[in-house]
Parts: sequence; structure tokens; C-alpha cells
Amino acid sequence: MNVKKVEMVFLSLCASMLLVFLLALFYSAYGMGMHLPGVEATVDPREVRQTAPFDEPGLREVGEGQYEAVFLGFAWGFQPREITVPAGSEVTFIATATDVIHGFHVEGTRVNFMLIPGQVARQSYTFREPGEHLIICHEFCGAGHHLMYARVIVE
Amino acid sequence: MNTSTFNAPVVESPDGFHLGDGHRRVIAWMIYLGFAALAIGIINGLGQALNYARIDILQYFPGMRDYYQGLTVHGVVNAIVFTFAFTNGFLALTTSRALARQLPLAALWVVFGLMVAGFALAGFSIGTGRASVLYTFYSPLQAHWSFYLGLVLLVVSTWVTAGILFVALAGWRRENPGKRIPLMAYISVATYGMWVLASLGIAVSVVGILLPWSLGLVATVDPLLTRTLFWFSGHPIVYFWLLPAYVSWYVMVPRHAGGKLFSDPLTRVVFIMFLLLSIPTGFHHQYTDPGISGGMKAIHAGLTFGVFFPSLVTAFSVMYALEIGGRRRGGSGLVNWFARLDWKNPALVAQLLAMLSFTLGGATGLINASYNLNQAIHNTAWVPGHFHMTVGSAVTMSFFGIAYWLIPYLTRRELVGKGMALLSSWVYFIGVLVMARGLISGGLDGMPRRTLIMEAPYTKEGWELAGLLTGLGGTLMFIGGVLFFAVLAGTVLFGKKTEGEPDIPFTVTHEAPAETGWEVKLDRFRYWIIAAVVLVLIAYGPFFASYLPGAFTSPPYRFF
Repeated sequence: MNVKKVEMVFLSLCASMLLVFLLALFYSAYGMGMHLPGVEATVDPREVRQTAPFDEPGLREVGEGQYEAVFLGFAWGFQPREITVPAGSEVTFIATATDVIHGFHVEGTRVNFMLIPGQVARQSYTFREPGEHLIICHEFCGAGHHLMYARVIVE
Repeated sequence: MNTSTFNAPVVESPDGFHLGDGHRRVIAWMIYLGFAALAIGIINGLGQALNYARIDILQYFPGMRDYYQGLTVHGVVNAIVFTFAFTNGFLALTTSRALARQLPLAALWVVFGLMVAGFALAGFSIGTGRASVLYTFYSPLQAHWSFYLGLVLLVVSTWVTAGILFVALAGWRRENPGKRIPLMAYISVATYGMWVLASLGIAVSVVGILLPWSLGLVATVDPLLTRTLFWFSGHPIVYFWLLPAYVSWYVMVPRHAGGKLFSDPLTRVVFIMFLLLSIPTGFHHQYTDPGISGGMKAIHAGLTFGVFFPSLVTAFSVMYALEIGGRRRGGSGLVNWFARLDWKNPALVAQLLAMLSFTLGGATGLINASYNLNQAIHNTAWVPGHFHMTVGSAVTMSFFGIAYWLIPYLTRRELVGKGMALLSSWVYFIGVLVMARGLISGGLDGMPRRTLIMEAPYTKEGWELAGLLTGLGGTLMFIGGVLFFAVLAGTVLFGKKTEGEPDIPFTVTHEAPAETGWEVKLDRFRYWIIAAVVLVLIAYGPFFASYLPGAFTSPPYRFF
């Protein structure tokens, strides 16, 4: 058995596998528009409650079947605690934290980002099926971390 | 395969090197310190695993205020104290042996002293409830200054060790001009070279920002900046945990298995790849962070896939070394050689099972690294499911396996309870698979990590089974750990005194390192470190250039 040859075949297959995976991921992001949160805006966390749009957290309709949901995360809760949208709506979440780092995961969807004081996160998602999704704070934020959640209700 | 594979000359000459009693003692104390930390970590781990099964044993822990205090203990002592202490001792030994040089004894005791002091300071702050910030200590949660100072001392202990190894290598090179660096020293020093560079992020963050902030010298911090600096070090730290296990897999496991390592140059290439690619990958822990552009995250995604490659090379090299061993023992066919390995040798069995669990750990890690796919599992229970199959078993079980020959070597005592040692490995291995199955399925159903699930006001279908498996698997891991500690304590206290092994069990390589050609360039660490710095500048430069001076707008919070 020519070990070096077998090894080269094995390693070439491995490298090709990694390359194919990576290309598929980049296609899903840049070809199909499934982007990660990026650079959006900054806000002074000490004044965030007086700064638009976070002075009025909540859901607002911005177009036909299109909504903006402005969320604040703090120890230990979200504001608003619940939003309700019709099935088929595209919801753009705009969120930040007022105190420490929190997490924002609409479970069952790919809406999953960090709430970092000073940074504004933004992500859109279309809720096609009626149902309920928990919004879970998934980053440790102090003694009451496990009490921090909200809901998206799709009707 | 021809017979010359088995009859190749011993490449690394024994040179009659003997480790002095003083050196055995200091290295033994480092290993004991590491395992003492692990013992504390494993006890807390049981409490955390049972939390997912909604069983509260934390209330019986003396002095325990809440779940998150225990979770901070679990992370800090397992991921930092245990790994640093074991690695400082183990790689000092491998380097000393490979270069046939005694390391300065006083400096090794300084390393030990720094670790004890760091452990004590961090332990004080966490134990008294002043630092329930988990081992990632994201600002603007603020711990007591003694927590940050403890971390500094623990990191400095690795720097002093690195200094000892670099000086030893420089001395060896002066006395052996033109000779190739012995392989075992090469891979040990490369590990520390990678880590010294990698640890600069955490050093800048803790010494430059968090420590002065915790002392009240500055009022505000930048949470994204300190978080980014943490992950600058926080991904390569996983290779600082893993590479000592790789050192064992490359140069010791083949010996246990009766095989030998095939390729000297490929082993060096693997460690150089880790030196180059471990650091410029940190953004894959921050895929879901606002404030970092998608393009920079994509670059880190590509480099993370790149750093997966040397592990695939390792899979081939180690597997081939094992195959040589298995066939020598009469194994034949495609897979039968694996069954013919010495499944009665505790040092080998622990590490074989470690490798099996690492294949799943690697596969789940690749999913974590997969850019937008990461959003499906980010910060869910999937993530601890993943890393208990890497650091929590691949590394930990490898260190168990190493201890089964290392402790007898250092103490000149026979291993007590070989059967119990074998049982420990199997119980721990089955435990980690069951627990990871629970955490991974829970994570796919949205169950968050780092959360006191048993008291959360929300739950979801699927979490109950996931939680039960997590609790069951964690309990098995705990039992496996207890069996290991019984063997360890039995050996140290009651093991039969012997002359002791004269040498540590490391392998020969099928082919000697070349004296000419491209391979020689692998030994020029200086150029590889420059290349690593350039890659770091490419991967992090644009972010820092556009982000600095940062947004120091967050006051401290102590929500614990």
C-alpha cells in the first residue's frame, strides 16, 4: 500500500468537502439573502430609552404585511412582552440592550442575535405558519436570566 | 504494507536522559493541581446536568448561592485551571525529554505558585459570590477585581512556562547547530507559541480595560470591544486545550498501540497550521453579534473551515499509526485491526474513546462554524453538547489516559485499579454521548444554554426528554470521573513503590526528519510567527481600524 498516495487522496477529499460546504453557505447568504446581523447603528445605552426608535418599543405596521418590531432587553425582561402578527407577515426585529449583554432567539426560526449595549441589531423574518414562538434570552445576564422571555404569536 | 514499516530505526535517540526527582515532584504537583480543579468542576457539573433534568441538588452544596455561581466555578476551574495546570506540567515534561535538557527547577515552581495564587484569587471571588459572571466574564457585568487578577496570574503562568520552553529550545539550538528540532519538542513549543500570541487579546482586555474598571479607575467600558478581545483568545484557547491531547495522540498513543508515527513533516505541518489559523477565526463565536460586518464574519468562517483541515490530517495520521499497531497484534481486514488494539491498556483505551467522541465533537463544531447556519443553534444547549464532546471528553479523557502512565512515572508507583481505570473510561464515554444527545436535541428545539431551566417560567415540547438524557449522561460522566479520581488517589497514596519507568513512552517515526529541502524551513518558528501575525492583522485589522476608539458607554452592573 502506498501510504502517501492514500493520504493525498484522503486529504484531497477532505479539502473538497470543506470547500463545497463553504460555497453552499456563502450561496445561502449572498445568493439567497440569509444574512447575519451586521453593522447597523450605535446608541448610548445610558440614553437608549429616550432615543428613537427605542423610546417607543413595540410593533408597528410599515407596509402591506410588513412590520417593524422594536424590542428592548434588560434585566430581566423584554419590552414588549408579546407581539401578535398575521401569518405571512415579514417582521423586522430591531433591538438592543439597556444594561448588560442579553440574547434574542425567536425559537424555531433563524432570528437569533445578541443584544449588546451600545449596538443595534436588526433582522427580518417571514412568519408563514400560525403558531407561537418563544423569544428566549439565551445569554447569561445575571441571577434572574432564566426569567427573561417574550412571545411572538402568529395568527 | 511492507515489513520495513515495523523495523524502521528509532529516530529519536534516548540519550540516556533521566528526569530528576525534583523535576518529577514539581510536575506532579502541577498535575495534581489540575486534577484537584477538575474534581471541583465535575462536582458542579453534576449539579448543572441535573438542572436540565429538573432535579435540584445545588441546594445541598455548602455555600452555593445560586446556579450561576456554580456554573462560573464549573467553567473557570475546568476550562482554565485544569487545562492550564495539566498542560504547563505535561508539555514542560515532553519538551524537557525531547531536548534531553533539565528545565530550571525554580522557574517551574514559580509557574506552580502563580497557578495556586491565581486559582486562590479567582476561587475567593467566585466562592464569596463576588464574581458570578461565568468564565466568559462579558462586560458590563462586573466581577470583583480579585477575579480578573486571578485570571491574569493564571495566564501569566502559561507565559512563564512558554518562556522556559523557548529558552530551552534556544539553548538546544546553540548546542546543536543545523540539527532538526526533535519532533516532540517541536509540537510542544509550537503549542505554546500559538497560545502566547493568542492570549494577547484577553491580556489587553483584562489588564488594559476590565481590571482598572473593576478597581473604579475608569467608569465605563465598551461591551463589544471586550467581547471581541475575549474571542480573539477564546477560540484559540480551545486549541490550547486540544493540542496537548494531540501531542499525546501523535507521539504517545502510537507507542501504546504498538504502532509508530508515519510522517514527521506532516506532523509539523499540522502544528504550524494551528499556529497560523487558530487565532484569525474568533468572529465565528460572534456571528450573531451586531456591530461586526457580515464580510468580516465570512472571512473568519473561511479561516475556521481552514483550521478544521489539520484535524482531518490528524485523523489520518493517528488512525494509520493505530492501524500499524492493530495489524502487528494480528488484526486483519478493513476494520478488524481496530478491535485487536490493546483494549486492556487504560492509557490507550481512554484516548481511543476520546478520539471517537472527538469525531462527533468535530462534526458539531463544523456546524457551529457554518456562518448563517450557526443561527439555528447559537447559544442553545447544542453548544455545550458540542464542547463536552471536545474539551469535555476528547481533551479530558486524553488527560485521564496520559495520567495513567504519567502519575506512575512521576511518583515511581504502580497504577492501582487498572480495571477501575478501564471502567472509568467506558462509563465517562457513554455518559458524554448520552448527555450530548440530550443537549443537542434540546438545543435544536431552542433550549437555551447557561440557563436555570428548572426554574424558567417557559418550556417547550422536546425539552423534557432532552433534559432527562442530559441529567442521566451527566450523572454517568460524574461516576466515570469519580472512578478516575479513585484510581488517581489510590496510585498516589497506596501504589506499590517501584524503580519506576526510566523514560516516558513516546513513539518513533517511520521516516526521520529530512536534513535538507523544504522541511527544514518548518523549524524556523520566527518566520511562522510573523506569518501568523500577518494573518491576524488581515482578519482583525479592518474591524479594529473602523471600530476603534470604541464606545466606552457602559457603566458596571452586578446582577448577582
